[in-house]
Amino acid sequence: MKHTSISRTHAVVRFAGDSGDGIQVIGSQFATASALANNQIRTMPDFPSEIRAPEGTPSGVSSFQLHFGTGEVYSAGDMCDCLVAMNAAALNVCLKDVRRGGTIIVNTAGFTEKFLRLAGYVENPLETSLLQSFNVVALDITRLASLAVRELTLSTKETERVKNFFALGLMYWLFSRPMAQTVAWIEEKFAKTPTLVEANKLALTAGWNYADSTEILTERYTVEPAELAGGRYRSLTGNVAAALGLIAASIQARLPLFFGGYPITPASDILQTLVQHKRFGVQVFQAEDEIAAIAASLGASFGGNLASTATSGPGMSLKTEALGLAVMAELPLVVINVQRAGPSTGMPTKTEQSDLFQALYGRHGEAPLPVMAAASPADCFRMSYEAARIALKYRTPVILLSDATLANGSEPFKIPASEELAPMQVNFSDNASDFAPFLRDEITFARDWAIPGTKGLEHRLGGLEKQNVSGAISQDAANHAQMVSLRAKKVAGIVREIPPLEVFGAPSGKVLVIGWGSTFGAIREAVAHLQKGDMSVAHIHLQHIHPFAANLGEIISNFEHIVVAELNSGQLVHVLQAEFCKKIEHYGKINGQSFKSEDIAVFVREMLARRDADIAAQASPNQRISFPLLPTLS
Amino acid sequence: MSTLIESVTSGTAHECAFSVKDLKPAGDVRWCAGCGNYSVLSQVQKLLPELGVPRENIAFISGIGCSSRFPYYMNTYGFHTIHGRAAAVASGLKVARPELSVWVITGDGDALSIGGNHTIHLLRRNIDVNVLLFNNQIYGLTKGQYSPTSQHGQITKSSPSGTPGYPFDPVSLALGAGGSFVARALDRDLKHLGMMLRRAAEHKGTSFLEIYQNCIVFNDGAFENFTDKATKPEHTLFLEHGKPLIFGANNEKAIRLDGLEPRIISLESGEYSLDDALVYDETNPNLAFIVAGMSRNPDLPRPVGVFLALNRPCFEEELAAQVQADIQKHSAGKPFQASLENLFASDDEWLVAVES
Repeated sequence: MKHTSISRTHAVVRFAGDSGDGIQVIGSQFATASALANNQIRTMPDFPSEIRAPEGTPSGVSSFQLHFGTGEVYSAGDMCDCLVAMNAAALNVCLKDVRRGGTIIVNTAGFTEKFLRLAGYVENPLETSLLQSFNVVALDITRLASLAVRELTLSTKETERVKNFFALGLMYWLFSRPMAQTVAWIEEKFAKTPTLVEANKLALTAGWNYADSTEILTERYTVEPAELAGGRYRSLTGNVAAALGLIAASIQARLPLFFGGYPITPASDILQTLVQHKRFGVQVFQAEDEIAAIAASLGASFGGNLASTATSGPGMSLKTEALGLAVMAELPLVVINVQRAGPSTGMPTKTEQSDLFQALYGRHGEAPLPVMAAASPADCFRMSYEAARIALKYRTPVILLSDATLANGSEPFKIPASEELAPMQVNFSDNASDFAPFLRDEITFARDWAIPGTKGLEHRLGGLEKQNVSGAISQDAANHAQMVSLRAKKVAGIVREIPPLEVFGAPSGKVLVIGWGSTFGAIREAVAHLQKGDMSVAHIHLQHIHPFAANLGEIISNFEHIVVAELNSGQLVHVLQAEFCKKIEHYGKINGQSFKSEDIAVFVREMLARRDADIAAQASPNQRISFPLLPTLS
Repeated sequence: MSTLIESVTSGTAHECAFSVKDLKPAGDVRWCAGCGNYSVLSQVQKLLPELGVPRENIAFISGIGCSSRFPYYMNTYGFHTIHGRAAAVASGLKVARPELSVWVITGDGDALSIGGNHTIHLLRRNIDVNVLLFNNQIYGLTKGQYSPTSQHGQITKSSPSGTPGYPFDPVSLALGAGGSFVARALDRDLKHLGMMLRRAAEHKGTSFLEIYQNCIVFNDGAFENFTDKATKPEHTLFLEHGKPLIFGANNEKAIRLDGLEPRIISLESGEYSLDDALVYDETNPNLAFIVAGMSRNPDLPRPVGVFLALNRPCFEEELAAQVQADIQKHSAGKPFQASLENLFASDDEWLVAVES
């Protein structure tokens, strides 16, 4: 059989089906295979918040998108080159994200009258002109997969369930991916049930062979390996990376890690990852509620552990009182907020960056604390490590913002050598002659830290205002004013820890796009694209939001127009405008989805055209006569 | 790997000798004159030097309320936290530092209202901390509103027409939550209070000691029947393991179990003898439930003493054992190193080697 082989630098594929179809499994297998093929990868899983949402309906669709390539891969990709739709609902939900001319592989077994009705189709899209601008490959994957396993003794349900591996085999063939690691995975995963090992392997191979021996797919693609820097790599999701960052910090600081957690989507994987690393001295405390999770962590911090808790919006709200205590007691604590669409329960599995104000201001009293944000799944490692380092050095709670996209998305992570990590040194006080609970370091303003068990340094901490230095309870007016100021100065001084922002593009020019958090990839892609079109545009991405990097103001002053792109209704815009007194354009999106880089590029182009038109209009003397209805005094 | 913590502390090897005087910090004690808290403070200060625990290895954790100022009056390590959360903070501290002697100071509002959830979960987990619940049946620090242990119908600042709803019996609640050590003491019976504190300190697992504590300003006399010399013998029943439940000025009355109902019998009428009296067994949870239930019946004497004392594994020991087991599992012939190398190279993770 003759097939045309086409070489590509990038490809975006998406698997979509019912939430019970095993979509996430084959999606992550494909991602692993691509990483093993030394491609750059970024993934974006998307699934309903219900465990088994109504079968066959759009609300029950689970999908997994992967962008892999030879060159830089910043995001999980805007538009798919290839979609696998296991039923009609999956097609209905995902079609808008497939580029014209892209390939759509559909499982016709998911397009029966019943499935079409559930999906909201009046007519079968496979029989109308709806898909005429796509390369549609329709086959009964369910039946083909069941034929592959007909020799085995399987229940109807078990037979039905191997279809995802058939689809994966097909896709492995289409994109020339290696299958060995998936075979190994199947053997390990189903080790207890040899029939299922056999069944899934047969389905996988059958999918490959079907594509290879029929002419259903006429073209196949190769994506050459990326030029990754030499070293050891792992594929990490943001949640796993954040957990490993905490453990690495614990190792470097020679302090045991205590993690208080309470299950909440999409943060639970941090808890679950840490509990698999007990051998590193990690104590995981699954608390009775979010309040206890942070309170117990604070107790462990009082005891001298590196302490952390992780949650999402509603849990963050519950933790705020204890955060105030952590600020007051000046104890180190890393609080990770994996943001999701809110308010309240909102859309628990969908992403948003709408907790920035809460992180910055969501406490009673004057309670400043450092706020940081991770830019990519692998960056969650670096940032949770950094959050721990700053918390320990400055004896302060730190909020690290992640979000649902980072939490579940993955990318290759280059394993760092210990010397590549910033050194971490904690000094506990152990000498009674020069100790006072609120005696401060002259440079950092970090207070002395003595832990229980240290002879002669017994002292009391608490939420009541304390006398500076001595730590005795104090209601003195001048002392309170001084302590408020000292706590604020201490946090502001963390600016000395923050590396200067690097401008992507020329250091000055027309447009500067500012982003923070998970939108890094989409913004970087958009700006790179605009730069190729000769626009004077640059990008900076904030990983520190309180305090800001020292050179932020200067960079902003070097550009005519500033755009902030964020997944909220303008929270960073407000902060920057207040700080730098400069009019800032906001590009936002609050629909639970991340940015598409194309949308950002379109916004920047239109914004610039609009601004240029405004300027031209103001400059034109004819402008005056454009208000004929204005009363005149003459 | 020796941790940084081990470099500044050295566990129980420290000199243990200290006196009551060493426990008194510089500042004044600022409870109202005549407050029941004073007697608890002095009994705790009297007990600690006798426990054989170095002063620096003791930590008092409190929530919010009058009694929660307690840590400021003890020259040990202390943390005055936020309302209701002392149990949670103490849980984290004890899990992180099992060698410490950790005490929770709380009140009826702190532990049973705003912090009720943490209280029951602490008891369920059986973390080895000592909870002293100062029950004065009123919100004192906020000046006199009713608490979850105020009497039904009690007139307070927030219940001018009497409290609707019924109070918790803290002992029954603690038993229901699976507490392994549950006891009750009286602020005005110093000897018994001292005994109960010692039992609580010596028990391994969560010790829950409810202390009837008189608030002289907002709820004076709430426990007078049980503490006043004249009425105490008739109204208070002292539980002692292995001994019959007898009370009265001349020990002339006893409690007999009639089916599941505890009833008062007279040992003088000739109808019953001491053999009919219920013999208390502090290791029997069913008995503890029945006897604790007497607290809800105003016609029965109020039981005080140790209701239940069971040996059960502690949460933090189980957790530490799991850590050790995981270390063992990953020690292939040589001791497991908590290194970055091992963090990234664990078996269940997938690696890509790339030539530069």
